[in-house]
Amino acid sequence: MKATLERLKGFFGASDEVIQRDDLVFLTVDKENLVSALTYLKNEAGFKHLVMMSVADWLEEGKFQFTYHVNSHELKKDIALRVFINRDNEDMYTIHTLWPTAMVYERENREMFGINFPGCPRVEENFVLEGWEEMPPNRRDFDTKEYSDKTFFPRDGRTTNDPREYMKEKLYSEEEK
Amino acid sequence: MTKKDLEKRIVTGPDGKQFEIDPIKDYFLDAKPEVHSPTSFKVVEKFLNWARSESIWILGYGTGCGAMELPPLMTPRFDAYRFGIQMRPTPRQSNLLIVSGYLGIKTLKRVIRSYEQMQNPKYVIALGSCTINGGMYWDSYNTINRLDYYMPVDLYVTGCMPRPEALLAGFDKLKELIRTGQAENANKYAEKFDWYKKNQKQIIKDWDMPDYNW
Repeated sequence: MKATLERLKGFFGASDEVIQRDDLVFLTVDKENLVSALTYLKNEAGFKHLVMMSVADWLEEGKFQFTYHVNSHELKKDIALRVFINRDNEDMYTIHTLWPTAMVYERENREMFGINFPGCPRVEENFVLEGWEEMPPNRRDFDTKEYSDKTFFPRDGRTTNDPREYMKEKLYSEEEK
Repeated sequence: MTKKDLEKRIVTGPDGKQFEIDPIKDYFLDAKPEVHSPTSFKVVEKFLNWARSESIWILGYGTGCGAMELPPLMTPRFDAYRFGIQMRPTPRQSNLLIVSGYLGIKTLKRVIRSYEQMQNPKYVIALGSCTINGGMYWDSYNTINRLDYYMPVDLYVTGCMPRPEALLAGFDKLKELIRTGQAENANKYAEKFDWYKKNQKQIIKDWDMPDYNW
């Protein structure tokens, strides 16, 4: 594990090491080094299982953060690689050649975040949303409430209360007077 | 099947002859639903309604989390069979559709298809608050708020989620509605067909099926 981390840091330029647990380490790599680093992890270091691949939207920084989480069954250790890309019109490398399951993640992320993965098979197909025409819904500047109001015929009469104030009013209003 | 398969096109047959096909017209019957008027004899109609109320067959199709409340109905504890209620595997054999919980747009499409494939007389029970006003998913981009804009609903069972007892009470109420001749919503669907289709098409953007498919 230690040798693997050293190799990642030295050879693939991984930085910002965060030791989350004894068996889970987060590292940040450049976009260009990602595929080679994952190839090394899978083929040489024994991290053969892609646990998950996720995207987070950092709206304020103008970045998308990818997390590639891989696991080694022999070592019982996890390594997660983080990659930041620009939020506007930047493509991402596909890793379906390493793990075919990544194809599904990439299809989903293309639909939910609008990130393209050139070369990934069937990435253009619908995943969950059928015939979606608006901005990709998982982007943080997409207003779901506004979209729901204009699309789904909302029923009148729904009221919302602040739970704290409401319970105070209901339960203790007489005591305060 | 994709949208492309449903387009009008010219194909070559095995004998080399070319002919035009229009899958929507050739494979599906797209006639509009008709209003079924009750029989002219009141006594007969009353008897028929009684018979209908005593054999409610549910389409075994769960849409949301409420589907979890359906299997216990058939266990010895609640035993819905004693009310003449049972699950059927296909829409053709059933006359009650229970829309159990939240409906995504994608699911709504399948629910509409199932509802239209069911034969008259047919009834709809909407289960849970999601079908009434969206419930806890009221501001979601992907789930509908009101079911009654897309298909006629006979009865709502409120709660999040309602227990099987609430469903049994709902069945009792539905039987009462059927016996008194008030559960005529399949006719309402036929009468207001254009309005329902307009709403459905406003939500379902990739409409790749005939307007009325059964």
